[in-house]
Amino acid sequence: MAITSPEPVAVIKKRRNKALSKLIKSIPYISFLGVEFDRRGDEITAILPFKKDLIGNPNLPALHGGSIAAFLEISAIIELSWMQIWRQIENPKQKADYLIDLEIISLPKTIDFSVDYLRSGLPRDSYARAKVNRVGRRYASVHVEAWQDNRDRLFAQGTGHFLMPQPN
Amino acid sequence: MLNKKKKAVEDFFAVLPHSISLGMKIDFIGDGEVGMSMPYDKKLIGDPKTEVIHGGAVFSLLDTCCGAAAMSHPDQKGPTATIDLRIDYMRPATPKQKIKAVATCYNLTKNVAFVRAVALDENEEKPVAMAAGAFVTGG
Repeated sequence: MAITSPEPVAVIKKRRNKALSKLIKSIPYISFLGVEFDRRGDEITAILPFKKDLIGNPNLPALHGGSIAAFLEISAIIELSWMQIWRQIENPKQKADYLIDLEIISLPKTIDFSVDYLRSGLPRDSYARAKVNRVGRRYASVHVEAWQDNRDRLFAQGTGHFLMPQPN
Repeated sequence: MLNKKKKAVEDFFAVLPHSISLGMKIDFIGDGEVGMSMPYDKKLIGDPKTEVIHGGAVFSLLDTCCGAAAMSHPDQKGPTATIDLRIDYMRPATPKQKIKAVATCYNLTKNVAFVRAVALDENEEKPVAMAAGAFVTGG
């Protein structure tokens, strides 16, 4: 049996980045808020670069509770979708660039989302990481943590339940 | 409701940059009850397949409306901040329709204001989303 050489790293990175960027660019609200994503392997950190439009109380100033909640919900949805996409693009049986043909990705739908505001959001960049605690055929439960300067000092956390896209 | 109080709530909520960027407007201010609305905009789309706006935009409207309801309560002094807020998304908002929210501060203690809210589109029989949360009281 012939030994197949491992896939070149550039090819792997290109495929993963392309899939992630396709997912992100499909959602207008992500660009409205200006959320960016840092990918290391399958792990994603969502970044919310500070801008004036995210401010709630201009006297403090502090981030609007709504922009924080939206940031958390976006992180949860992207993590959940990314988990599904990852499984497909890393499956050797599937065509590596299957996403290029895919018109629009089916997204999970939020059933409910709950946010704890632990500290006021300072006028600086925020980071979030989501953890999928359970995902089944129909429902998923996701927890998200967000921080600013210090990973151990969360300024918000959220938990949400999602309805998974159903295969047609 | 005292005009001075109403003016304070109006002034506070008219200048929030994030609310302005989402196009939110105050519909009415009562005693512990506030109505707000947000127009449909393509840039707020969360699901490109259905063109339904992102849950985060609805969350922002409900959070703002709930905060205003807490602040408009007759016993509340000064501004407020969200402690926690939970939203149930009951159905997708119909694309191209304005979203209206009505929030009620139904209980106020020394430290906490309890608020709930509902979000509607043109079909007022079936709510789009409902919110329940706790807010900081005192100035």
